[in-house]
Amino acid sequence: MAVITLKINGKDVTAHEGQTLLEAARDANLPIPTLCHLHGLSDVAACRLCIVEVVGTPRLLAACVTRVADGMEVSTNTERLQEYRRMIVELLFAEGNHFCAVCLANGNCELQNLGAAVGMDHSRYEYLYPKRSVDITHERFGVDHNRCVLCSRCVRVCDEVEGAHTWDIAGRGGKARVIADMNKPWGDASSCTTCGKCVQACPTGAIFRLGATVAEMQKDSSRLELIVTAREKRQWVR
Amino acid sequence: MGKIRFASVWLGGCSGCHMSFLDLDEWLIDLAELVEVVYSPIADAKVFPSNVDVTLIEGAVCNEDNLEVLHTIRERSRLLVSFGDCAVTGNVPAMRNPLGDVDPILQVVYVEAADAQGQYPVESGVVPPLLPRVRPVHECVRVDAFISGCPPSADRIKAALEAIVAGETPHLTGSQLKAG
Repeated sequence: MAVITLKINGKDVTAHEGQTLLEAARDANLPIPTLCHLHGLSDVAACRLCIVEVVGTPRLLAACVTRVADGMEVSTNTERLQEYRRMIVELLFAEGNHFCAVCLANGNCELQNLGAAVGMDHSRYEYLYPKRSVDITHERFGVDHNRCVLCSRCVRVCDEVEGAHTWDIAGRGGKARVIADMNKPWGDASSCTTCGKCVQACPTGAIFRLGATVAEMQKDSSRLELIVTAREKRQWVR
Repeated sequence: MGKIRFASVWLGGCSGCHMSFLDLDEWLIDLAELVEVVYSPIADAKVFPSNVDVTLIEGAVCNEDNLEVLHTIRERSRLLVSFGDCAVTGNVPAMRNPLGDVDPILQVVYVEAADAQGQYPVESGVVPPLLPRVRPVHECVRVDAFISGCPPSADRIKAALEAIVAGETPHLTGSQLKAG
């Protein structure tokens, strides 16, 4: 495998050919915030939080889907990027109905953590308060669309790791939402194996275990990594 | 230099932020050396005074009284601080917003869920009408600083107040910003 050398934030970094900028940066201990990325799943650049600046390109590029190249000069944390990331998180909060204090993922939520990480002390955008539904027809799990940020991690984990492909995204723009089995109540979705991988993959309190109450829903996405590693490397290790 | 003229206000919230304020414990004694409490739910002033240096606002803007009072407070305060998640985001009071206008909510809460004599609470000049939508403070008036949390921990309140008594605008960072 060819070795690529590039500069990230002025630091010389080596990476393997085919690696993404996100992987190369994380290997070099230069963290880039993410939301829709989950190790072991394909990357779709949905959330845009991992945007970086690359010299010679006027556009901002999503690090999770941009391959490393020799001589690339990348900045991951400029003032402009910080400002855009904060805007993205504010828009995510303003677009849905996120009430951290009474959410079962309170204290264990990637969106909540991102708010603090990007320096969001309030939303500059007016809250939309969309009317969205909650589906608790499944025997063990529920989905609260109010808390969904459409990262599609549930869609990908169900398709790529479990192989069931129960979840999809339907609708456009503000009306987009996750659906089970071509828009059935989750409890009627016969493709669902009740494995719970979507519950673990969901970054917020949108997909949850029934019976969990405020701040009780702890998620552990490393359990998914365990399965992915087992499949790819034939090793049952963390 | 005289004492800082300090006020705190309780709009549409549960008073939990003020309870957390009391969790400052003995630091309140140090604070009392530096500030004069000119208005607060835990003081006995009836009218919001003029020429206030700093006002902490707990709660969201839920009804016409909240909105009117808020405009007076903004006019009379040099530094206005949104104090707690309800003030910063709308939080729990704003959970009625996705349900639509005021009527269906009053109907469910005061009529359908009533044990006896279900009726809307109407008393002109006494019970302020609800606004069509609950709003965070900064969507109504200019806000100078934000303290999030439901409630904000005493440590977080102290960090903000220490900046204020030093004559600075508080600017919390990192984990001090976390909502919820």
